[in-house]
Amino acid sequence: MSTSEREITFGEAVREAISEEMRRDETVFFMGEDVAVAGGVFKVTAGLYEEFGSKRIRDTPISEAGIMGVGVGAALTGMRPVVEIMFGDFMTIAMDQVVNQAAKLCYMTGGQARVPLTIRTTIGAGRSSAAQHSQSLHAWMAHIPGVKVLIPSTPADLKGMLKSAIRDDNPVIIYEDKMMYSLKGMVPEGDDHLVPIGKADIKREGTDVTIVATSSMVQLALSAADTLEQEGISVEVVDPRTLSPLDTDTILQSVRKTSRAIVIDEGYRSYGVTGEIASLIADEAFDYLDAPVKRLGAMDVPVPFSPSLEPSTIPNEAAIISAVHSMYRDVA
Amino acid sequence: MSDDIEIVQPSSDDSELTHPREFCAEMYRKMVTIRRFEEAVLEIYQQGLMPGLAHPYIGQEASAVGVCTALRDDDYITSTHRGHGHLIAKGGQVDRMMAEMMGKEAGYNRGKGGTMHIADMSLGILGANGIVGGGMGMATGAGLSAQMRETDQVAVCFFGDGAANQGSFLEAANMASIWSLPVIFLCENNLYGEYTSHRDVTAIKEHIAERAAGYNMPAIVVDGMDVVAVYETTSRMVENARAGNGPCFIETKTYRYRGHHVGDGNPEKTYRTQEETDLWKTRDPITRLARRMVKGGMATEEEVSEIDQSIQSAVEHAVEFAKQAPFPEKGEVTEHVYV
Repeated sequence: MSTSEREITFGEAVREAISEEMRRDETVFFMGEDVAVAGGVFKVTAGLYEEFGSKRIRDTPISEAGIMGVGVGAALTGMRPVVEIMFGDFMTIAMDQVVNQAAKLCYMTGGQARVPLTIRTTIGAGRSSAAQHSQSLHAWMAHIPGVKVLIPSTPADLKGMLKSAIRDDNPVIIYEDKMMYSLKGMVPEGDDHLVPIGKADIKREGTDVTIVATSSMVQLALSAADTLEQEGISVEVVDPRTLSPLDTDTILQSVRKTSRAIVIDEGYRSYGVTGEIASLIADEAFDYLDAPVKRLGAMDVPVPFSPSLEPSTIPNEAAIISAVHSMYRDVA
Repeated sequence: MSDDIEIVQPSSDDSELTHPREFCAEMYRKMVTIRRFEEAVLEIYQQGLMPGLAHPYIGQEASAVGVCTALRDDDYITSTHRGHGHLIAKGGQVDRMMAEMMGKEAGYNRGKGGTMHIADMSLGILGANGIVGGGMGMATGAGLSAQMRETDQVAVCFFGDGAANQGSFLEAANMASIWSLPVIFLCENNLYGEYTSHRDVTAIKEHIAERAAGYNMPAIVVDGMDVVAVYETTSRMVENARAGNGPCFIETKTYRYRGHHVGDGNPEKTYRTQEETDLWKTRDPITRLARRMVKGGMATEEEVSEIDQSIQSAVEHAVEFAKQAPFPEKGEVTEHVYV
């Protein structure tokens, strides 16, 4: 069975996933600030309102906590809401409903409650949007048992994972890097393209160093891998795609093969994704390592506004290459 | 300021009950069940059989029973940390509730939620809640769901005077109003948010229902110690919501006889007066309904005490059931994190 492919953008992946699932299941609906008539601040959901109307594509007041609560209530009572929180920074306003309610209802009620709620929100610096519109706070949510946390890096993964999220009976949060909405990639034709939640993907095979990278960091890692290949270093790039539940097997298998690991994520370096994955590798693959695990993350400062400062706060390709080089120096 | 609010005139204790005997008796049974259940909770707590803490509903029974009697099984409620009364009024079984109090597997939540989190999805009980104001959005979402699925279900959001000062109320009430959702914001004003008089921390002193005007929804204040008045008021607003006329705000004026929770043993020594508590106890909803039923010839005093007896033994049976019930197996700890 051959599947043909076509090229779409990261943003179009969102639109296709939501519209296909809404056609498939009438209990799915979508709400958020400016998502309907205006088509979203990033224009990602343009056209949905025209197809599905104001009942199922809903503009909300600027009330993040309220929207999230309404999403939880609708999910508990037979609907499958998709809620957009315009910037991931605004998730902080909706924290009670996600952390204390959605994430815990199934457990606290002894398995009675189902919260099939999908939350879409963004991460990513790089637009000079300053400290309240640029953070990558996905680690906060991955800290909470009871929610699934997705962080796709390609249009195909985003589309397939968002569709899986909408069909999942648990609360699922999907983080989209706002700098990637125009990124292009191939996706399989048809409306049954699903990517499983909790399954990592090897984006490039290699033998010398494993780079575990998330979201926009995957593109940087692939690009660094091209450069390093010319130096004779073969890099394997592992994209976890889901942070919770984490596919530990795929990560560990890769590290056991290459014996070197670098973990890159755009969240703050302290107390975050890179620390978690590095400790996993240290715990489970220590005997295979030829060098200490390296970590690259956002600098521990509020994201600055000035274009002269902002780029230095997030990992870049040069930093990745330098980290790989240092691993060889360390053991030389 | 109060012009926009309908104040339901308190009914005289001498006035005739216009509802059928069995209907009144059932409301009486429910109120007594709540009272006895809460007394038993305090007892097992003192005996060390119940871990954690508990927030007794004693005194407020007419509010829960009056409201829930106006609802169907498939209507929704969200409840609060002081939720036992709401759950019993909506049809919750006292044996499974008591088992949950003790953390037993036979409890509604398999012992994993406890007093503040009991839910029964089959009865539309979307859960008590440990976060003050935590159910506002949830009830509104249930109302949205009912509207989108084109059922005529109604969602009642129980909350206290304390939660009226949470931002979640503003957001939920606004959305319920702009979308004309079948949601009843049911504020049980028992005068104290935890250990603080609501007058000390609330810009509006008399009726919290005044807030409703800001959300363009009707507001009614009713005597929360009169189960018949609460029932009649809620019934009217439920029919209104079912008919698609949008949300409303009902404030029941009520009082908790006990402290904020089991550890707040003697509030009369700190934040409220003995005179006030004594005054509210003279309006006791259970005594009042019993008196009216007897006066109206609906029941003899003997029949009333037979009801009391049968409920007493049902609650004792529930305690015994809960005591005998096993704790969850160790493996239960990792079950139900995800569906």
